[in-house]
Amino acid sequence: MTALDVLGFSGGALLGHRLRSALSLTGVTIGIAAVVVLTALGEGARRYVVEQFAAIGSDFVAVLPGKVETRGAIPGLGGTTHDLTLEDVAALRREIAGARHVEPVVMGTETIAAGERRRQVLVAGVTADFVHVRNVSVRRGRFLPRLGLDRGAPVAVLGASVAEELFPGVDPIGQVVRIGGRRCRVVGVLTARGQQLGMNMDEVALIPVATGMQLFNRSSLFRILISARPGVPLESLRDRAHEVLIARHREDDVTLLTEDSVVSSLSAILGVLTLALAAIATISLGVAGIGIMNVMLVSVSERTAEIGLLKAVGASRREILACFLAEAAMLSSAGGLAGLLIGWLGVRVLVGVFPALPASPPAWAVASALVLSVAVGSVFGYLPARRATRLDPVEALSGR
Amino acid sequence: MIELDRLTRTFQLGDEEVHALEDVTETIRAGEHVAIMGPSGSGKSTLLHLIGCLDRPTSGSYRFEGRETADLGEGELDALRQRRFGFVFQAFHLVGRLTARQNVELPLVFAGIESGRRRQRSQEVLEAVGLAHRARHRPSELSGGERQRIAIARALALAPSVLLADEPTGNLDRRSGDTVLDLLGTLHAGGLTVLVVTHDPRVAHRAERVLMMEDGRIARRIPREGLAEALAHWGIEEPR
Repeated sequence: MTALDVLGFSGGALLGHRLRSALSLTGVTIGIAAVVVLTALGEGARRYVVEQFAAIGSDFVAVLPGKVETRGAIPGLGGTTHDLTLEDVAALRREIAGARHVEPVVMGTETIAAGERRRQVLVAGVTADFVHVRNVSVRRGRFLPRLGLDRGAPVAVLGASVAEELFPGVDPIGQVVRIGGRRCRVVGVLTARGQQLGMNMDEVALIPVATGMQLFNRSSLFRILISARPGVPLESLRDRAHEVLIARHREDDVTLLTEDSVVSSLSAILGVLTLALAAIATISLGVAGIGIMNVMLVSVSERTAEIGLLKAVGASRREILACFLAEAAMLSSAGGLAGLLIGWLGVRVLVGVFPALPASPPAWAVASALVLSVAVGSVFGYLPARRATRLDPVEALSGR
Repeated sequence: MIELDRLTRTFQLGDEEVHALEDVTETIRAGEHVAIMGPSGSGKSTLLHLIGCLDRPTSGSYRFEGRETADLGEGELDALRQRRFGFVFQAFHLVGRLTARQNVELPLVFAGIESGRRRQRSQEVLEAVGLAHRARHRPSELSGGERQRIAIARALALAPSVLLADEPTGNLDRRSGDTVLDLLGTLHAGGLTVLVVTHDPRVAHRAERVLMMEDGRIARRIPREGLAEALAHWGIEEPR
């Protein structure tokens, strides 16, 4: 008996009970569709986050003052930490050959006003090269001028919404705004980006870093952002910056983050989430398997006489086992294929409803869904098939 | 060809041992046409199942074509049933979802015969039972007599040397039964060994000899000569 014969024989038996076969494979269909949709959802969430980071710019090292780790004392309270200063920036620029940009950022919330209109905004003191480190672009006008680190200038670049709200229907370029009482001339407006991981670049005002430090009356920096020259790995950049800062501060009191590590850990967390969703969906496959087992047991007991006949015409136990296993596996793999189709349609609907979510099932999920659907039939079909092989032919033929 | 020596088959029914067959010793030569008769529960079907290797004896010896069947493994018994025996049942046991031809080809499929050869062979046996024109019909579209002839065609598919029939006319009206018996007669005339278990005296009358069974034993062996008188004596008259 060839494999093709087995498939033909078993397929014929399934087609003999179309409704029953269709109902029993529905369980597998739902299970596989659930695997596809849920993993697509998890994978979509992961890719959404990764893409968001990529949009901000993920190829820089961020230096934060203080140590973010658990020690004997509460961080920030135990021991003194040195502030990050413009001198640190200058030192880093001088000493790290692999750095393309070393840019300071100072941050604070201030009132911004134009005429009678006023509102609170996040004000960031940055440098001209900030655009090259974070993925921001200027829609109108130009970015901040190139100045010495300690030189301020009364100019500002506004986020898209800020510009829109302060100057509705008016070209903001060349207009004067008051930021915390200081007059600044608007030189540019950023391209609208929307919310990106809690930071809305549409809702900021950018001014030169020295101006910002004066405005906030601060000598310390919020961040130093370091980007690498092409071909320089972020890890070596981070380690080198760390050495320089330890040498300057005479202790290890800074935290260095590469956005890469943040992205990869978030990505890993969401990957586990996807796996968990897949596992939950797999439970429904177990239920579907029991459905198939039930139908196969019914099939075996209905076809007792047929099994007896197969024995009489010399079919071996192995052949009978193969026929019934093939029947169960065909049922479940047909259900699996239908599940893939329905899952795919479900993902299309999902993407239609949430266009921002790059949902698509990962290849491993599709592959394992197919393998799983065949496996479900084989595993849960085994018991009924073995029962068929163990029938006593004499009893089977007499219909007892 | 078939040598039975003190063949016994007991079944366990709860606490009770039932002797379906007890010390049956008999020899059936190749080419014989033997009818096995007897009341219900006399062991005639059990005897047929043992001869066809669908069942194994509890004790005693069964030699088929000189080989002791007790020494054969499961695979060898499968092969024996496949190639040497053809079975015909009272209930036909045709597979309802398959056409007549597919039913006939079933043993060929399990024997691993390739499909072209299968079709050729099924055509031959369907012609032999006179039902080539019904090949595409399913069992539900055939009369009882036709179904039994399809079942016989299936039994013949792998050219067995022994045809074992259990009440082949039991579910048939007289005319269909006669057609089936004519067919068995023709097959026997062609050299096939035919063993028929039956209640039907008409079947017995066509046999060369009759084994009368009672309580798991062969009570009478009625030879070809004097078959008619013996059957008459036993109250089994050939119906007109």
